[in-house]
Amino acid sequence: MRNVLTIAGKEFRSYFNSTIAYIFMVVFLVLNALLFFELQKFFVVGQATLRDFFGLVPIVFLFFVPAISMRLWAEERKLGTLETLMTLPLRDAEVVLGKYLASLFFLLITLALTFPLPAIVASLGHADAGAMFCGYLGLILVGGVYLALGLWISSLTENQIVAFIVAAVACLILFILGVDVLLTAVPGWLVPFLKGIALGGRFSSIERGVIDLRDVLYYLSLIGFFLFLNVRSVESRRVA
Amino acid sequence: MIEVRGLTKRFGATVALDDVTFDVSAGEVLGFLGPNGAGKTTAMRIITCYISQDGGTVRVDGLDTTTQSVEVRRRIGYLPESAPLYQDMGVIDYLGFIGRIRGLEAPRLRARIDEMVTVCGLTRMAHRTIGTLSKGFCQRVGLAQTLIHDPEVLILDEPTTGLDPNQIVEIRDLIKQIGQKKTVLLSTHILPEVEATCTRVLIVNEGRLVASGTPHELAAQSQGGTRIFLTVKAVPETVEPVLRGSGVVRDLRLAGTPDGRARYEIGSDADEPEAALFQLAVQHHWVLTELRRESISLEQVFTRLTTRETVVR
Repeated sequence: MRNVLTIAGKEFRSYFNSTIAYIFMVVFLVLNALLFFELQKFFVVGQATLRDFFGLVPIVFLFFVPAISMRLWAEERKLGTLETLMTLPLRDAEVVLGKYLASLFFLLITLALTFPLPAIVASLGHADAGAMFCGYLGLILVGGVYLALGLWISSLTENQIVAFIVAAVACLILFILGVDVLLTAVPGWLVPFLKGIALGGRFSSIERGVIDLRDVLYYLSLIGFFLFLNVRSVESRRVA
Repeated sequence: MIEVRGLTKRFGATVALDDVTFDVSAGEVLGFLGPNGAGKTTAMRIITCYISQDGGTVRVDGLDTTTQSVEVRRRIGYLPESAPLYQDMGVIDYLGFIGRIRGLEAPRLRARIDEMVTVCGLTRMAHRTIGTLSKGFCQRVGLAQTLIHDPEVLILDEPTTGLDPNQIVEIRDLIKQIGQKKTVLLSTHILPEVEATCTRVLIVNEGRLVASGTPHELAAQSQGGTRIFLTVKAVPETVEPVLRGSGVVRDLRLAGTPDGRARYEIGSDADEPEAALFQLAVQHHWVLTELRRESISLEQVFTRLTTRETVVR
């Protein structure tokens, strides 16, 4: 566990060693605020709720989260530091988990910085604090899934751009499989299966700020699955 | 300390290592010599558990690298080729990170970092970001991370590439110093370096071990005995039969006739052929102007072995 935290600490700190992290956060926050207030016509709708925000962020995540995860493995490969890392007395799982926790914590901080939005909403009317809290929890879970997926993909290449693009596409596919428009186009027997594995259809509960236990299990098992794949891909390096 | 038995590794169709067997004893500084692509780095990566082998076993301190991988890595300090480092970290932060992973805790960690900074000559650079360091200092940081946990085994892949002559001398002295108490396996292209720092040499070529021994032993083996250059002021026709019949000379050839003298290259298996040859010259009233033992350089041994593909044990 100590090793996991050491790795996580190092990775987390290195996010802030370059300007990329700051640019990322600023753009993310500004974009979300812009979309929420302008595009979704918050003031026109006139309701003290973050519902549209919670519906919007998972889509913004599709492009922003892969940007967080893309460098985690790809850079190590590129620099050659993977060789040092993999010859330290660490278990592969410890390294994977350390990197994951670092990126998750970074995402958490970014999300936490959106606090002006719920603050504004709450000051304008009677907002449902419980719903807002659950909504954020849902966002963390969705972000967590995208991060685990992006992290795994980053371990498969040494090019950060490729890692970004493939991860973004993968997240998009995962999302889209649950969207109604797609579901009407596939054969009937496939629908329950797709609805089960897809991320897309589960947003209604996040939007409403409701924690559905089935969704939580879904997110957690997906995270576990992608982290497992990640450990496997790191192990297979040794055999290569 | 390190036992390698029948090590084999293939990358697709290429055979990187072919049934390599050798030992590195505790307290030895073993030099791994070979042309590019001979398999040195591959062998080191297998010993340090970075990649796994296709055949054979490797044991470090009695522990198997496939089944007890983490324990093996704990005992090794490894400096990969071109000392890869995290460019955005500070020197001290980096050493702290490695130290913590290596199991060093707060007060001792700080002390060790300071020690490494001093020993590796990083005092002026300690507060700089790694990305701003020159190659020489990066190499030193790499060496510092190798030593910080005081490992029993050091594996160094071309530790002096890219350094300027002053830095090379410093690093070599450091390695020699460390080698007195630890087991060191280092690889290099630079033959004088092997002669300067190593107690024993392994020459590899195309994945196979072609020679093993001290630099001195290898030279003797490759030469096939001792070679002497003899120049006398005498008529060749009288000299040659005497030399051939002396019992000291195994083979000879006329190497030239500088200024009318006869110059011979003689191969001998005797212990001190120079003494016997001198006596012969005195006996036969030859004027002796050259009596020199030719020492074959490690470079020549290397060239012979790696262009001829002979397996010598």
